[in-house]
Amino acid sequence: MDKMPKWADVVLIPLISLFLAALGAGAVLMATGHDPIAALGVMIEGGMGSSRAWGYTLYYATNFIFTGLAVAVAIHARLFNIGAEGQALLGGVGVAVACLQIPWPHWSLAVLGALVFAGLFGGLWAIVPAWLQAKRGSHIVITTIMFNFIAAALLNFLLVEVMKPAGVMEPATASFPEATHLPSFADMLGVFGIPFASDAPANFAFILAVIACVLVWLLIWRTRLGYEIRAFGHSETGARYAGISGVKIIVIAMVISGALAGMMSVNNVMGEAERLVLNSSEGAGFIGIAVALMGRNHPMGVFLAAVLFGFLYQGGAQLSFQLQIPREMVTVIQALVILFTGALDQMIRGTLERAFLAARKWRA
Amino acid sequence: MTDPVLELSGISKAFGPVQANKNISLRVMPGTIHGIIGENGAGKSTLMSILYGFYKADSGTIRIKGREIQIADSQAAIAAGIGMVFQHFKLVENFTVLENVVLGAEDGRLLRPSLAKARAELKALAEDYGLNVDPDAIIEEIGVGMQQRVEILKALYRRAEILILDEPTGVLTPAEADQLFRILARLREEGKTVILITHKLREIMEITDTVSVMRRGEMTATVKTPDTSPEHLAELMVGRKVLLQVDKVPATPGKAMLEVENLKVTDSKGVERLKGVSLEVRAGEILGIAGVAGNGQSELLEVLGGMRAGRGKVRVEGAEIDLTGRNSNGQTRRARGIAHVPEDRQREGLIMDFFAWENVAFGYHHSAAYNRGLFMDNAALQADTTAKMERFDVRPPNPWLTAKNFSGGNQQKIVVAREIEQGPKILLVGQPTRGVDIGAIEFIHKQIVTLRDQGAAILLVSVELDEIMSLSDRIAVMFDGRIMGERMPQDTTVQELGLLMAGMNGKAA
Repeated sequence: MDKMPKWADVVLIPLISLFLAALGAGAVLMATGHDPIAALGVMIEGGMGSSRAWGYTLYYATNFIFTGLAVAVAIHARLFNIGAEGQALLGGVGVAVACLQIPWPHWSLAVLGALVFAGLFGGLWAIVPAWLQAKRGSHIVITTIMFNFIAAALLNFLLVEVMKPAGVMEPATASFPEATHLPSFADMLGVFGIPFASDAPANFAFILAVIACVLVWLLIWRTRLGYEIRAFGHSETGARYAGISGVKIIVIAMVISGALAGMMSVNNVMGEAERLVLNSSEGAGFIGIAVALMGRNHPMGVFLAAVLFGFLYQGGAQLSFQLQIPREMVTVIQALVILFTGALDQMIRGTLERAFLAARKWRA
Repeated sequence: MTDPVLELSGISKAFGPVQANKNISLRVMPGTIHGIIGENGAGKSTLMSILYGFYKADSGTIRIKGREIQIADSQAAIAAGIGMVFQHFKLVENFTVLENVVLGAEDGRLLRPSLAKARAELKALAEDYGLNVDPDAIIEEIGVGMQQRVEILKALYRRAEILILDEPTGVLTPAEADQLFRILARLREEGKTVILITHKLREIMEITDTVSVMRRGEMTATVKTPDTSPEHLAELMVGRKVLLQVDKVPATPGKAMLEVENLKVTDSKGVERLKGVSLEVRAGEILGIAGVAGNGQSELLEVLGGMRAGRGKVRVEGAEIDLTGRNSNGQTRRARGIAHVPEDRQREGLIMDFFAWENVAFGYHHSAAYNRGLFMDNAALQADTTAKMERFDVRPPNPWLTAKNFSGGNQQKIVVAREIEQGPKILLVGQPTRGVDIGAIEFIHKQIVTLRDQGAAILLVSVELDEIMSLSDRIAVMFDGRIMGERMPQDTTVQELGLLMAGMNGKAA
């Protein structure tokens, strides 16, 4: 028998975690002489209070959906992909190559091309750690961390030495041509006559992220490959018994994971910056780990967690902007959310399980 | 009549909603061997854990020699004169026997005086109870039977008056088990009390004075051993009449389905686990592989099942199969009509976190019946699971329960149903009834025999000699990676097989 009802597991635990994180954040704000209630108001207003606020929140959320899905897919094969950051950077290179080298007639084709290149570059970047894990037993956590640094250095090199237009000081590519610019929310909703802030960065990539959620769900729970990935993730010896090749699963799961992380660049590089700059992923790969943890590796959960983190990102930015709360303090608040929803999840779970058991006993 | 040395009354213990022990009362007389028998999950281990201070009972009292005591931890249990020999030994592998005996019972900060004292005491114990062990031998270099003696010595060194042994013969050859029983008898003569926990009826009948039967957390009966019979005990354990002997007609072996020639396996540490095994299984017969665990039977099953690479020749219906290459895996084996009920259902045969219906596809997830285009046909799979659960009497018959929520017997029924219902030509079976209750054992045995009668070749590996004797049409005994000999079940005895299992060729003796 399960220890507690599923709704408690899926809904109650995240809510309690969030509440505790909010309490912790409030305490930190009070200790530094700020009014936590006012701060919460600013965050909500700045993160959800207007179409512009939503435009930013969903823009960040799009990044986190892709990286969250990337981490989640790998975790189903019991692979902890810490390398989504580096894979996203490489995905950015793929997007830049696609947008700058191929003369696209229309954005709708350009976005497909960019997706393929981003996925290819991100996926290939994940292949080396995957191969080392599968064949040599090198721990995927260590290798993917190292590959983040290599990716950052590689991007630096490419931007400074190869992709930077001649005569420009900044290490960045040229701006992408007009035909590759993705429609923003304002453009898309404008078709239906719905007004939306035109200066918000949320764009067509959000729709791609939603589609990615559906596809990942189908992959994991409806296909043979997903079945094999999950079986391998639960029991390696079991997989060996069933004739599922561990090498194959590790490599394929990591390539899919890397490809998803890479595709994030369709949002930030193609949809927003419209050129490739240094450190383009801005830590979204790491946020993806927290998003996957909080979303329990389920696409629906990843989606919700990504929107929450998008809100925290955007609301936090407003916090430092409007209340002169230092940027670092905002990071502390975000870290508290990660701490409570991710790392301390088990603490809350244990307490709650005991409470449910006691309640059941009392009723019986 | 003397007073009981150990008296439990009204012991209850619940784990969440599961009542592991219900109002248990037990009186153990001094200087006796008291058996406790029951199926897996009947609550034997929980009861002993309470006695040894691992769990605290929710209610009830424990009296030793008439005095009520509280056992808060194992230290308290030892102080009360209780010694425990666990099924899985708690020994430091790279320490000597002497060091293991002293460990945790040192007298002072310096080791030397303790060791000297222990050495003298071990000598005395060896003389008193016939427990001869070299005190300077390293644990990992001595046999399992010897390791078990060290565990007993550890308890005696700590002045145990009541010795509890949990499934002590699981890892022993019949000869080693006989030696153990002689030691236990000697302990009884010297006035010690022994509590023997087992699920083997034969052992209870052979050695105990009194036997208590547990079923579903309750103590259902306590009887004098001479006043009972194996059939009666089995009935008390299960709650209904059971068939202890497998009901089957003589085999009519057909053509050779599985031929193994000079098969060798080296493990990842470079140790040769199979040293040239040759055997043959014919259509319509069950070849039983007897042997003490760890003599290469697992490796044999793994190579044949495609889980491990091997060297040598294996022919299926006359055609040689690949043992090393890319095409040697569980999938290619299944494609050749080889089904495999693995030894460890929890780590191999099932994914414990998968639903029952997902597990029914496990290994056969590429099968056309379970797929529709790009996707798996979950609806078909669920319907198939419901049907299989009904035919194999899996309880509860709910495809939406995860494997870990079924009892051991029902988990095994799911695995057996999956493998047998594929209609294999060859069935590899490892420990089909390990941790399975008697009722389910009966059922699983019947299914295996039915498959044999339909013409399948069956290779059965089991450490339960009773199972090998009653199920097999032909018996091969493995020792140290080799086949020591083949016997027909009707022409051999447990004693002869026991000698072969210990590496001695029965013919020469």
